Amino acid sequence: MPEMLLEVKNLKKHFPIKRGLFSKIVGKVYAVDGISFRIHRKQTLGLVGESGCGKTTAGKTILKLLEPTGGAINYGGEDITRYDRHEMKSFRRKMQIIFQDPFSSLNPRHTVSSIIAAPLEIHRLARGKEIEERIADLLKKVGLPSEAMRRYPHEFSGGQRQRIGIARSLAVEPELIIADEPVSALDVSIQAQILNLLQDLQDELGLAYIIIAHDLSVIRHIANQIAVMYLGRIVELAPSAELYTNPLHPYSEALLSAVPIPDPAIKKKRITLKGDVPSPIDPPAGCRFHPRCPYRFDPCDRVEPELIQAEGGHIVACHLR
Amino acid sequence: MGEAVLSVDNLKTYFRVKEGLAKAVDGVSFQIHRGETLGLVGESGCGKTVSSLSILKLLEMPPAEFHAGRILFAGKDLLTFSEQQMRHIRGKSISMIFQEPMTSLNPMLSIGFQVGEVLLNHERLTARQARSRTVELLEMVGIPSPEKRATEYPHQLSGGMRQRVMIALALACNPQVLIADEPTTALDVTIQAQILELMIDLRENLGTSILLITHDLGVIAETAHRVAVMYAGKIVEEADVATIFKKPLHPYTQGLMKSVPRIDESGSTRRLAEIPGLVPNLYNLPPGCSFFDRCPVGTEKCRMADSKLFAVDAGHSIRCWLVRDG
Repeated sequence: MPEMLLEVKNLKKHFPIKRGLFSKIVGKVYAVDGISFRIHRKQTLGLVGESGCGKTTAGKTILKLLEPTGGAINYGGEDITRYDRHEMKSFRRKMQIIFQDPFSSLNPRHTVSSIIAAPLEIHRLARGKEIEERIADLLKKVGLPSEAMRRYPHEFSGGQRQRIGIARSLAVEPELIIADEPVSALDVSIQAQILNLLQDLQDELGLAYIIIAHDLSVIRHIANQIAVMYLGRIVELAPSAELYTNPLHPYSEALLSAVPIPDPAIKKKRITLKGDVPSPIDPPAGCRFHPRCPYRFDPCDRVEPELIQAEGGHIVACHLR
Repeated sequence: MGEAVLSVDNLKTYFRVKEGLAKAVDGVSFQIHRGETLGLVGESGCGKTVSSLSILKLLEMPPAEFHAGRILFAGKDLLTFSEQQMRHIRGKSISMIFQEPMTSLNPMLSIGFQVGEVLLNHERLTARQARSRTVELLEMVGIPSPEKRATEYPHQLSGGMRQRVMIALALACNPQVLIADEPTTALDVTIQAQILELMIDLRENLGTSILLITHDLGVIAETAHRVAVMYAGKIVEEADVATIFKKPLHPYTQGLMKSVPRIDESGSTRRLAEIPGLVPNLYNLPPGCSFFDRCPVGTEKCRMADSKLFAVDAGHSIRCWLVRDG
């Protein structure tokens, strides 16, 4: 078993809702409400779920771009949950992020060279001529010509900008990269290029990934383990192939059945959930999924199910199991 | 299938801007028959949205210009219609739903007002009749408590609900053709499933013909009868949905099919087939086939001249020298 890099334990991130002249707290958005998992070297964890499930907030909280409200984050055996900016600095080299929107994640006023040099300079990883060499090397790794470094983001397509974002995240030689919807803004044929690139880089550099996405086909392709989130919690965590062939949580089952398959010959049984994705401000009592669950029965509206170990390496929170 | 309800014939919509002349739609022809759903598939910049906006003449002119073509509907060419005449068509005979329901609904007006407005504009109804028909329509698209919802504003509804309202608006006057431009792309997957199911139900009950524009091949497989694949302003392949997926012949279509990750793929195939390179610049299209420099099998003939669309089989046409020459 490769080395464990990151352990997240019962992580929470709540946002207070303030109203009125004195900013009185009238409620909370329970964006992330107790999630736990581990990432090992060279592993890819997919974090999937729909709007409001907390996956993007989870990604930012793990990196401490947002301060956790509760729980713990351990990196390389060290508890970084309460670390401040200075203490976090060395960890920022180890954990990096790639953002969803290739159009807003690169500073339009900076050249590509300046964008990629920034982390190198901040962490004092190179100076002078060496910086230019490193940048050329990184661009080559992501499939861009070295001349690209003299140009500005607007001169590139979405897919190319995403490559620049990846080059930037690789500059500090991280161990773990969190990619928040890395391909959802891209066309299908470009998406394939970027997914292949991410896999190649993982093989070459031994990277671990947390890929946050709503596109289950993309996650299926790239992740070894998948955590399904619903309203701030993980409802099922399983090895990739297991989840797709044998989903144990009714929400996972519905989510998978909702994905249209690009093959008209396959007519699958679809479980169409009623109602809308609920708001994390006022989560339902008992099991958070119970109002939409086709299998709900007695304890579901009163008692929250615990996460338990189930067959095939699954961890699932559901009274049915 | 019935007769053609809408027929686009050699449409050329170009944009004249300071960078040059962008040939966004460059000789596109297709027909939609009664009760049929035609899927228009392609990636960014292929011309699918501009084609649909051309049908309803919703483009700013200038910079858009119609250089050629006819759009035949009910025996007349819409390209010759005045703005006044088009207003009688839009929302009544041909409707459209868009990708972003929040920006397509007026945030300052209640849902009921907006649906009612479509009805009062096109049909002879009293305000009371419009109100009750509005509630019926909201119910038809699956909105719970429709009387209450009619008094609410767009921001009070979720994305899925707003899209249902858009569908209600579009179908209010029972149009012959519905143009749906990426109707579910902005929605969560479980909500997408609901909306697709709704659209299929409605077309069965109302017999509406649908022009479905999307890049999502899964959505196409579920809802389209026929598919036209577009690339750089032209249709490169057209066939019924089963054929497009099972026996695509154009190298671009084949590449597209192979580069899509599938949820039901057992065993993880390590690499997705890629189509290298980028979509060409519409201001500076090459003389020959626009797909040539990304094509795995292109020849000198392809580089020099573009093929016409020709029929490879009944109902299956393709724009490619190699397939034509065998």
